[in-house]
Amino acid sequence: MAKKMLEVKDLTTKYITRFRENIYAVDHVSFEVEEGKTLGIAGESGCGKSTLALSLMGYYFPPLYYSGGEITIDGRNISGLKPDDVRKSILGTEIAYIPQAAMNALNPTAKIIRFIEDVIHAHDPKKTKKDIYDLAKERFEILNLPSDVLQKHSVELSGGMKQRTVIAISTILSPKVLIADEPSSALDVTSQKLVIKMMYDLMNMGYIKSMIFITHELPLLYNVTDDIMVMYAGQIVESGSARQMVFDPVHPYSKGLMDSIIVPEEGTRDAKLTAIPGTPPNLKDPPKGCRFADRCKYVMPLCQTSFVTMRRFGELDDDGNAESQRRYRCIVPVHELKETFKREGGLRNTGGAAI
Amino acid sequence: MKNTLRQIAHSPKFMIGFCMILLMVLSVFIYPLIVPGNPLEMIGLGTFFRPGTYVSVYDSVSTDKRYVIKLSDAAEKRLASKLAPEDREVMKTWLLAFGLPEESIDLENTEELLQLWRNTYDPELRFDNMTTAVRKHVQRTDAKLDSLLTDTDIIIASETDGTLTQSGAVGANDYVNVSEIANVRVLPLGTDNFGRDVLKEMISALGTSLLIGLIAGTIATVFGLALGLLAGYVGGIVDDIIMFVTNLFTVIPSFVLLILISFSISQTQRGTVTVAVVIGLTSWVWTTRSVRAQVVSLRNRDHVNLSKLSGHSLPRILVADILPYIASYVIMAFILQISSGILAEAQLSMLGLGPRTTTTPTLGLMMYWAMLYTAHINGAWWAYFPIVVLIACVSFSLNLMNTGLDQVFNPQLRG
Amino acid sequence: MSDSVLSGKGITKVFGFGDKKTIAVDHVDFDFHERELVSIVGESGSGKTTLVKMLLGLLSVTEGDIYFMGKKRDISTRGKKREYWKGIQAIFQDPFSSYNMFHKIDSVLLDCINMRGGAGLPRSKKIEMMTEACGFVNLKFAELTNKYPFELSGGQMQRLMIARIFLLKPKILLADEPTSMIDACSRATILDMLLQCRDEVGMMIIFITHDIGLAYYISDSVYIMEHGKFVEHGSADDVILNPSADYTKRLINDVPKIHAPWDFGKALG
Repeated sequence: MAKKMLEVKDLTTKYITRFRENIYAVDHVSFEVEEGKTLGIAGESGCGKSTLALSLMGYYFPPLYYSGGEITIDGRNISGLKPDDVRKSILGTEIAYIPQAAMNALNPTAKIIRFIEDVIHAHDPKKTKKDIYDLAKERFEILNLPSDVLQKHSVELSGGMKQRTVIAISTILSPKVLIADEPSSALDVTSQKLVIKMMYDLMNMGYIKSMIFITHELPLLYNVTDDIMVMYAGQIVESGSARQMVFDPVHPYSKGLMDSIIVPEEGTRDAKLTAIPGTPPNLKDPPKGCRFADRCKYVMPLCQTSFVTMRRFGELDDDGNAESQRRYRCIVPVHELKETFKREGGLRNTGGAAI
Repeated sequence: MKNTLRQIAHSPKFMIGFCMILLMVLSVFIYPLIVPGNPLEMIGLGTFFRPGTYVSVYDSVSTDKRYVIKLSDAAEKRLASKLAPEDREVMKTWLLAFGLPEESIDLENTEELLQLWRNTYDPELRFDNMTTAVRKHVQRTDAKLDSLLTDTDIIIASETDGTLTQSGAVGANDYVNVSEIANVRVLPLGTDNFGRDVLKEMISALGTSLLIGLIAGTIATVFGLALGLLAGYVGGIVDDIIMFVTNLFTVIPSFVLLILISFSISQTQRGTVTVAVVIGLTSWVWTTRSVRAQVVSLRNRDHVNLSKLSGHSLPRILVADILPYIASYVIMAFILQISSGILAEAQLSMLGLGPRTTTTPTLGLMMYWAMLYTAHINGAWWAYFPIVVLIACVSFSLNLMNTGLDQVFNPQLRG
Repeated sequence: MSDSVLSGKGITKVFGFGDKKTIAVDHVDFDFHERELVSIVGESGSGKTTLVKMLLGLLSVTEGDIYFMGKKRDISTRGKKREYWKGIQAIFQDPFSSYNMFHKIDSVLLDCINMRGGAGLPRSKKIEMMTEACGFVNLKFAELTNKYPFELSGGQMQRLMIARIFLLKPKILLADEPTSMIDACSRATILDMLLQCRDEVGMMIIFITHDIGLAYYISDSVYIMEHGKFVEHGSADDVILNPSADYTKRLINDVPKIHAPWDFGKALG
């Protein structure tokens, strides 16, 4: 059984607005990531996936506040640490975070090597410049980045190169978990591929142990991750392996999401694209029952009133591992949902036949 | 829109600034109603009267009704005010020579000093270390004291046919009710070099200065806005020409330009409005530059493109699609222009290039006259210090309003 | 083959001059036909937005001729421009910046009615037309009237943009990445409405996108644009499933897919 790198239990974080209202953007989220695995988080904009990424670092700044739950990285509980401690002992060594606009965060007046010096000096002030340069050069070469980038300014680099450089800088201390929030969305497809390749390399060479990958591009998520978690209105609504989630989702929302996948492949034109009507609920005052009820095609009166919990389904494997087990948040039993989907023509991606 | 107004009303900085300005504007209108009259009337013959209440001596004597009040301290007060410090020094010299210890002589306590004097002074005594001249001086001082201490009436006479006739007597205990005196002047800030009521003049000057600021600010904003909109939106050769002129004006310090223009206008022509127009015409440059920068970024917004596609004309796009987006900025620039217009007038006037007028005062002119008549050397602080404070207040409140607006319109700055 | 509604020969746009000269669009030829849905696919910097602005007449054409409805386009005066814009309209990428936030929604739609010569119509007739247009995009006019654009969601705003097009009924609709700012699961609504515009109103639609999968899904024919040039064009099936140009091949190869494996191979060398 693989080692658990990251374990999150009932994590809840909130935004406090100017009018002192609490918005629970991440609401009792639990999951775990094993060593060597990549977890993907999917969802619409505003569903809380970026907030979850911020919350996982344990680094909160207003208007985001910690509200409850536990985050354990490689057996070490980091929830409830002071921001200063988090910055000193967690960021960079335990967790690294790459936001979408990371490449614009580089100060254009400094050379790339300066950023690496800063990152390393924050944890090991005694290291000499020579040592740092050698380390950085070695790392850059392994990652197929030309080492002369180190002596350049960020404005001299192209967008894709900048993004890869930022990833190399933030993983220079070999963090255990890398959180990438839309790391390639602003790039063209070829640069995107290089960025993804680099993240694979980091993982394969053991510089990072696990990765959390957040994007709204589902085909990319499918190709990059091992497991996928779908978030809706601050909650996880379904999780499972990437293949299961894309080809065999059970939650009506996940299904709607997967039905919106468009790829340049044969069959894309054959099935009609459908939309999920409506907008997500306002989290200032979330619905009492199922949060997706207002937009769900299969809504029943019970959905509006009863609180829906995460349920497990699927079988344990021979060792009793929950690996093939999946979770979903709906009051309808799995087989009924699957039957309904089949009756309606199944999934668009599979040409009408559910796997 | 409504929401923005509410936010502005809740901005403490803006509201404090706004209330200060409102108070000033109101006093400009209300003060003349309370204290009527020409603010430039010369009420005193002489320069720099201290702040205080002034009573007409003639009226107080010829007031019909008199009240005899036996006030014990009134005599003392009169003595205290009449007994000059040098006389006290003379008394002290004699007393010391007489052999009294220095601690027993208190120059401040008039009553005790007089008591001591009456008990000990003897004009016949001679001391070895005192010259005759000093002795005579002491005798003269003593005689003066005697006349001070007499409680007799002062007879006021008037000349009718060459002989004096008594028209009245003013006793030492005679008092007059101030409200029965026809001419009482309260001069809270004294008078200036021409004997004009400083407070009254200052409030009238505040009105003129605000008007100058308003005219200058309006001209600068309208001019800058129009040029900025055209340069930014039309672009091309129009932009090049406008920016060339703007850069030209940026390179020449506007204050130097202001001095040159003011100087070249003949003195008789240089009225308040002329000066305001000149100030306005030299300070539009920065408004133009920043409006242009904002319009350039707005020009490529999709709603402007859509407005074009809907066939709207250039003036309509400028007014309906671009102006509302920069309105907040323009308002803030306008407020700052008013403030700098007022300061520019003060600076010009200090150099003697301000409005040449004998009919309307401005804050700058008041400073100019106070400086010319060396109020600062004479110690006549009331002639210039309140004006400095007032100019600072105007500038401060306008800038405070601007900061408040800035925080409402640019929420990132709120911290 | 149906009639050509918009065609261009040697369209070129050069920005700047001398050493700073950049060629944004380089001798592009195209021919769009009635009731056709054409996609122009290109990555950022390929010049597709410049081309859109030239087609709309918002940018001058450096070189080349545009033919509209078989005749050479003439937009030399304001009147002629207005006439041209009755025939060609656009939807832009960002619904949030497509509205003047100081104007109510009604004024956006009223503008369109006025532009179609309905300024003199009675108020009730105008409201009827606006209600019909909103109904076309599944919005209720009664709920929108007297509201400001920022009170709507992004999806609703973009739908209202289509309602605007419905009122204007142009010959050609240029849709510049109309779904790129919208969540994937509401994307279908916008796409459906565009198709409806073509099928029910009879517009010719030029769909600009960077997403080759989306272009494949929606269009009849596809133009692939690279560095200001069309490298390939043809029917959607031909171009996407059997690409001939190297650039198209690379583009399709690099896009993550869900059935075919997504390899890191060639592009990385």
